[in-house]
Order: sequence, then C-alpha cells, then structure tokens
Amino acid sequence: MLSDDLAVRDLTQHMGDNCLILAQRITEWCGHAPMLEEDIALANTGLDLIGQTKNWYEITGNLYSPAINPDQIAFHRNENEFSNFLLVEYPNTDYAVTLMKQFLFDTWHFLAVRQLVIHPNEKVVAVAQKSIKEIQYHRDRSTDLIVRLGDGNEESHTKMQAALKTLWRYTGELTNSNQLNAGDESTPSTLAETYSSTIQSVLRQATLDIPENTGMVYGGTKGVHTEHFSSMISQMQFLPRRYPEAKW
Amino acid sequence: MVETMVSQSSFSEQQIWDWLSEVQDPEIPVVSVVDLGIVRGVKIDQHTVHVTITPTYSGCPATAVIAMDIETTLIERGVENLEIKQNLAPPWTTDWINEEGRKKLFQYGIAPPKQGVACSGALKVSENEPVSCPQCLSSDTECVSPFGSTPCKAAYRCRTCREPFDYFKPF
Repeated sequence: MLSDDLAVRDLTQHMGDNCLILAQRITEWCGHAPMLEEDIALANTGLDLIGQTKNWYEITGNLYSPAINPDQIAFHRNENEFSNFLLVEYPNTDYAVTLMKQFLFDTWHFLAVRQLVIHPNEKVVAVAQKSIKEIQYHRDRSTDLIVRLGDGNEESHTKMQAALKTLWRYTGELTNSNQLNAGDESTPSTLAETYSSTIQSVLRQATLDIPENTGMVYGGTKGVHTEHFSSMISQMQFLPRRYPEAKW
Repeated sequence: MVETMVSQSSFSEQQIWDWLSEVQDPEIPVVSVVDLGIVRGVKIDQHTVHVTITPTYSGCPATAVIAMDIETTLIERGVENLEIKQNLAPPWTTDWINEEGRKKLFQYGIAPPKQGVACSGALKVSENEPVSCPQCLSSDTECVSPFGSTPCKAAYRCRTCREPFDYFKPF
C-alpha cells in the first residue's frame, strides 16, 4: 500500500473514531438532558457526528484489503484499535462536564476539519466540506453555553470551573497529534496555536481560569485508552457482536 | 400498476425530473426532493437511468428513505434499470432550495431559510435579519434553540402571536 493511502486510512479512522465515540457519549443523554431543547440539541449533534463517522469510515474501509464497511470498523474492532482522543471517551458525569467536553472538542474539530478542506485527497475534502457546516453549528452552541454558564450565577460558574479542571488534562492530546499535517509540516503547530488562543479567549469571556500546573495525559491516538473506554465500547458493540447478522 | 414495460431510451430526462418532483421529502411531506435540491442530476444512457442525490445533513435519517422512495416511484413508472448514486461533493446547501420549495415550506408553517447566506457563519446571520413567523407574518420572532425537530431546523417563537414554529436554518 502506498504510504499516502496508509496516512489517509489512519487519518480518516482517527476522525471517524472521535466522531463516533463522542456521539455515543452524547446519545447516552437522550431523554435525560436537563431541558427539552438541550435534549434535542444533543441528539441532533450526535446524529451529525454519527453521519460524519460513516462518511469518514467509508474512506477508511476502502483502504483496507479486502475492503470493510463502516459497521465493521465501528463494531468489530477492539479497544486498542481505536485512535480517538481520551477527551471524547470521558464519561458524561454531569451537564457541566458534558458541555465543557463538547466545547473543547468542537473547537478542535472545527480547526482540524478546516485544514482537511484543502487536503490533497479529494474524498477527504468532500467529507470535510460536508462536515464543516455542521460543526459550525455545534461549535456556536457549545461556545455560547460555556460563556453563559461560566459567566452565569455562582453555582453555574463553580460547576463549569470544576468541569474545566477535570477535563483540562486531556486537551494536550488534541494539539499534539501529528495526524493532521495535510502535507504541510508547519500545520500542527498552527492548529495548536489557534486552538489555544481560541480556547483562551472564550474562557476569558466565560470568566473561567485555565488550571495551572496540570500534567497532560496522552494515549488515545496510540490506542492506549482510559478505564472508561472498555465498558463504553462493550455496551456500544454488544448487539452487532452478539448477533452479527442482526438487521433493523 | 404499470402494464407495459418500455425501454429506457423512450424516457426523456425531463420526464424523469417530472416524476422525481412528485417524490416528497419523508420528513416534510409538502416539498419534493427536487424542490429541496437533493436530486443533483439525471442521466439516461442506453440501458440505465442514473440519478444522483446528495444528503442534506451527514446524519440525516431521511437520506435512505429518499433513495428508496425515488426507486419505488421510478419503478412504478416503468423504469427498469435504475442506478442511484450518492454524492457528497459539492455539499448540499439550503441555497439550492428552489422558489417553489420555499413557498411550500412557508405555507406548511416552516419559515424558509434566508437565500444566499448559507455557509457564511451559520445561524448568526439570521439574527440581524428577522425571520418572519409563518403563522401571523410578524417579524418580531426569536430563536429558542438552533437545534429543532430535525437536523435541518431551528426552533423559533413568535413574540406577536406567541406560537412556536420551525425555521429551516441556512446551511
């Protein structure tokens, strides 16, 4: 296999893994979110991400020999074969953590996909162009909520600050990944810089402080996941693994 | 039911387009898949009718139903060899919804998307330009949530008649 093809396979699988795992977490809220509007917004965001997952995995699957379909990629791989960020597998915990996770991811997601719009592979470009408009809506919503709740009342501020403290250690991985150098060696640092300045500016508006002296945790992109991951994917994969021929 | 099967070459592309204009969107059953700009192309070669469609949103569950409805409609009209292809690029935009589609959406109670603002900063654009209430036509409306009953709609409320309504968001 050409090294370019291998790089595209890894890249699209990584993009798909992030979308799939976050979508799975988001849909755990379905019917349980604190407000009807939020329940609907989460379900819609999850749906977009599952659609994007399928589009990324179509590319990935065709670069395996023999080719495999998106369902096989999602449901018939083991924990160490997933390359999603640790951030997206983090449990929902409470609504503050759920929203903070979404904001930290959406900001990265938008910047990453914006780079892929000019990727040399036209299939990657097509999925990126399709996704970016959806991601804009996700990002606008989570950014707005972070500011409103961070700069809200004392209780909402305290909860958002605690959520940021819980999740901050997983953000190093988002900008450390070199999966996203679309043929340009200078891109990863640009993404890291833009990510950092965007996050800082929103958090400042939200009156939230970035935790100091936090060690960063890495591993997701190399298949080394947190203890939360295996129980999550065992639930996600149970049905297709137990009943491989099951159809709706 | 179709009584006699005709060879593919006896259809014109225009005929196929006309039939496709009868296929309604499964979630908004007043606009057709042609009005919504989901059908991107029709081509007939000697043996086969080729229809190209594009999904609205990546995860839109209606996409699979639409392909099935197109197939059913064309088969009922006597099309024997049909190939439906899904294309992602260029990505679908609400700017492709035609005048007819916009009119039907409005009459159905869904405020149509603003024309020509898709891709330029999503919903934020519409905050400066009021969305008219499809019930009482008042422009004194507010966004309740950018995410509504389907991926393509936002939840709005009219401050004049107090009715909630859907806004087909620019995309």
